[in-house]
Amino acid sequence: MPPLLFYLFALITLGFGLLVVTARNPVTSALSLAMSFVGLAALFLSLDAYFIGIIQILVYAGAVMVLFLFIIMLLDIKAEEGKTFNLKAVVGGIVLAAILAVQVATIASSYQPGKTRLDEAKLDLKLAADYSKLPTIANDLRAGTLPDAKLMGQSLFQRYGFHLQVIGLLLLVGTVGVVALSKREREAN
Amino acid sequence: MAVFLASFDLALLVTSVVKIVFLTFLVIMPMVAYSVYAERRFSAVIQDRVGPNRVGIPLTLFGFKKDIQILGIGGLVQPLADGLKFFLKEDFTPRTVNTFYYWLAPCLTIVPALMTCAVLPFGSELDLSIIGLEQPVKAVIADLNVGPLFVFAIASLGVYGIVIAGWSSNSKYPFLGGVRSSAQMISYEISLGLSIIPVLMIFGELNLSKMSAFQDANGWLLLPLWGEGLSLERWVLLVPVVISFCVFVVAMFAETNRLPFDMAECETELVAGYHTEYSSMKFALFFMGEYAAMIIGSGMAVTMFLGGWSIPFAPLIGLDYKPGDTPLWLGLLHIGTFFAKIVGFILFFILIRWSLPRFRFDQLMKLGWLFMFEVALANVVLTALILIAFNS
Repeated sequence: MPPLLFYLFALITLGFGLLVVTARNPVTSALSLAMSFVGLAALFLSLDAYFIGIIQILVYAGAVMVLFLFIIMLLDIKAEEGKTFNLKAVVGGIVLAAILAVQVATIASSYQPGKTRLDEAKLDLKLAADYSKLPTIANDLRAGTLPDAKLMGQSLFQRYGFHLQVIGLLLLVGTVGVVALSKREREAN
Repeated sequence: MAVFLASFDLALLVTSVVKIVFLTFLVIMPMVAYSVYAERRFSAVIQDRVGPNRVGIPLTLFGFKKDIQILGIGGLVQPLADGLKFFLKEDFTPRTVNTFYYWLAPCLTIVPALMTCAVLPFGSELDLSIIGLEQPVKAVIADLNVGPLFVFAIASLGVYGIVIAGWSSNSKYPFLGGVRSSAQMISYEISLGLSIIPVLMIFGELNLSKMSAFQDANGWLLLPLWGEGLSLERWVLLVPVVISFCVFVVAMFAETNRLPFDMAECETELVAGYHTEYSSMKFALFFMGEYAAMIIGSGMAVTMFLGGWSIPFAPLIGLDYKPGDTPLWLGLLHIGTFFAKIVGFILFFILIRWSLPRFRFDQLMKLGWLFMFEVALANVVLTALILIAFNS
């Protein structure tokens, strides 16, 4: 991906991210967040991580944000329009952003650039194909494409199978909890 | 700058633009227009009426004796007349709407619907050595390795158009329509996604072009009559494939808001649902978005279950696809086959619309959550068991 496109999508992600916190109308905020997700997905695509990029759109922009929007519209939140300047929220936001920035800076400073550039590095897909056990992955590597979805599935379900099940259980508990909380108690006759 | 420009692959750029223009504006848009016409004529046949059969090229205006009717079928110019009518109608914006979102909503409906066609393989490949291209051109705009997921992801953005249309109209009927529609689309997205997992497991592949090529050589998923398709495994797998096809098609009807699931624009309850306040071309964009989504959905079903561009019994009659060695006429024939299948599927859509009554909203949600979801989930397990039984 040319750097021009990177800057374009980074600008979309950050610009709409800024709009999320500054917009007066909650619907604008929600939609801006969705746009920000789309920009982020484009950045993932530029890193050849097609699967993550698409899942980003499918899950966050397509499902989670629609639910957000749904709730905002159902509750018809208009009180926020013309809200007053909230000092606590602004300070909290700035502090959080600063912590994140320090964290990123620490990681970035410990990074030592290698001697070979990425586009000059030897990426021997054919050699990698000999090491992969699944035939579909080996075939894709031999054909010269990176099967990112398959590789991710393999490491998720083989290497991190246990962790995946723990997260699944956590989500199940969450779902059961929501059902239990939202179920109205029948009044005792 | 010169280096930057030289880094572009000009042939790829030009062929991509040609493919995008061809598929979107020369195939899907006219198809949208003519599926409206087909819908009106087909419904007329079902209801024992005549339907729109008058509009021809109005040569009588220029002093000729008779209007020309193409192929002797009346009314074939009806879509053009409809389009002209939409352009010339008053574009009325009610005073109390939220103007920005009111204008944004129709765009948000049609753009995702048209974007999803990027990963649909509408043909095998075209050998364009006549005009000097060495490599055969693949008949797909973007040959992504996450094809079906891309379609679902972009199609799921289409909900925004409907939700925002309902909300920004600032009126009760559109709002109820928008809320209903988004609830319905989110519910059925789950069944839609789960229903194709068995298919992905059988192919071991997320690339739609490779799926089509596999089915061309080894029998369609729903018609395993040649190649590897004659094995016992494929015939046993036919059970989960049929279930998954049924779930997919029903969920697709719900996703595209077509009858019997068109709760979003249920006339008897909601006037016209989310587009009640829209007129003229803005309404037409919603209408076109619905039909475009229908065409893309048919394209997905055809690609995954009915062989895509593959000609039935291709290896037996020598019309199969050989990578890198397919003559131009065969490539064109594959494109023709694909669109013929889509047309057949759209006629099926129309037939269903005019033969089944509408569901009630609670029945619809119940069907989605308590039946389709479970069936799709059980089907995944069933497929896995069959695959293990035959491969261990």
